[in-house]
Amino acid sequence: MTERDDGMNRRKVLECMTWAGTGVLWTITGGVPASLGIIDEAVASPAKGFTFLQISDSHMGFDKPANPNVKGTLEEAIARVQTLPAKPSFMIHTGDISHLSKPSEFDDADQIISRAGLNVRYVPGEHDLLDEDQGRLYLDRYGRGTKGAGWYSFDDSGVHFIGLVNVVNLKAGGLGNLGNEQLEWLEDDLKGRSASQPIVVFAHIPLWTVYPEWGWGTEDGARALGYLKRFGSVTVLNGHIHQVMQKVEGNLTFHTARSTAFPQPAPGAAPSPGPMKVPDDKLRSMLGIACVTFKQNEQRLAIIDTPIQK
Amino acid sequence: MTMIKALTRLLVAGVAAAYLHAAAPASAEEVEVKIGNFTFGPQDLKVKAGTTVTWTNKDDIPHTVVSPNAFRSKVMDTDGKFTFTFTTPGTFKYFCSLHPHMTGIVIVEAQTGGM
Repeated sequence: MTERDDGMNRRKVLECMTWAGTGVLWTITGGVPASLGIIDEAVASPAKGFTFLQISDSHMGFDKPANPNVKGTLEEAIARVQTLPAKPSFMIHTGDISHLSKPSEFDDADQIISRAGLNVRYVPGEHDLLDEDQGRLYLDRYGRGTKGAGWYSFDDSGVHFIGLVNVVNLKAGGLGNLGNEQLEWLEDDLKGRSASQPIVVFAHIPLWTVYPEWGWGTEDGARALGYLKRFGSVTVLNGHIHQVMQKVEGNLTFHTARSTAFPQPAPGAAPSPGPMKVPDDKLRSMLGIACVTFKQNEQRLAIIDTPIQK
Repeated sequence: MTMIKALTRLLVAGVAAAYLHAAAPASAEEVEVKIGNFTFGPQDLKVKAGTTVTWTNKDDIPHTVVSPNAFRSKVMDTDGKFTFTFTTPGTFKYFCSLHPHMTGIVIVEAQTGGM
């Protein structure tokens, strides 16, 4: 798994990486993902082209045993960003910036994240909408130029980015929720776009059903994915579940990022999805960032998950 | 008709008593619901009108208690509480707005002879 272009069986490599416990780097060529190599190799050979970062679930304000120092680990994650060989174009944050939507928590996040010196695009997590006005605070801070509860799209280096909000108006017994208004907007946003344009969709809760028993999925996610099916390369980036998970379905590649705050158990591996306390020396191997590279000449998108510390 | 009514009342009272006995042996007017491992315990409650229910979050993650058109708690961090007094009979389904797979029900019955 050292060659970049060997087209090696993806599943095999992913298995290998799971075993290695470090992270994943893989690419999409014409909508067909292929693996690249593990982090060390990726870091050793600087990416050419366009790179952006994903961080997620920083939970500023969380102070329970699973990680009493979430500011510290966010600082370490941002320090990791600064060591990346290729300076990313920008950063996305896939929600749960704060733990309880307090202004001081958002302040702490902003102050630490700004040290990366990157433009940051946000989508909210359910923990970011807990103010009295159920999200007003978030929208005032991060929602400029967005629609509805904070969704938007933009283009960068030929890639079309779509930030979705699936943490509003959740229904009893249900999962994440996009809602009709947002779905109609999405359909319209994609209308007339060339199917060859790479698409990156990001939202807090996974858009694919990871584990409904714990609410890890999006009720009306299938409708959104239906609009995306005709595109040759679609990458869906999520957070919420505080662990790396991926799935490929036709042209759609799903990927969840680690949290910078605390790990959560694998689906069904614990009585509940609550914060998982791990030995102190293991914690930083279960927190991290994701680095996504789009190589223009090769039409490929690569995702590398980098833990704060191995 | 009156016979059936009386029997039903007896039955309902019996079920309510069984629930209350399990949920709040101390008092019929104050009932505790513990939130732990992303579940409400007990999940189903039967109480008499006038009963005050207190939810306490024992998880390391915040939760809420929301019953559309009836009540909505503020976010409860660990050991946070929410109290609501049920004055009118009815069925109150509720859930956690952060984790909507968490659901519960409070069935409130008329206090005395109101049925």
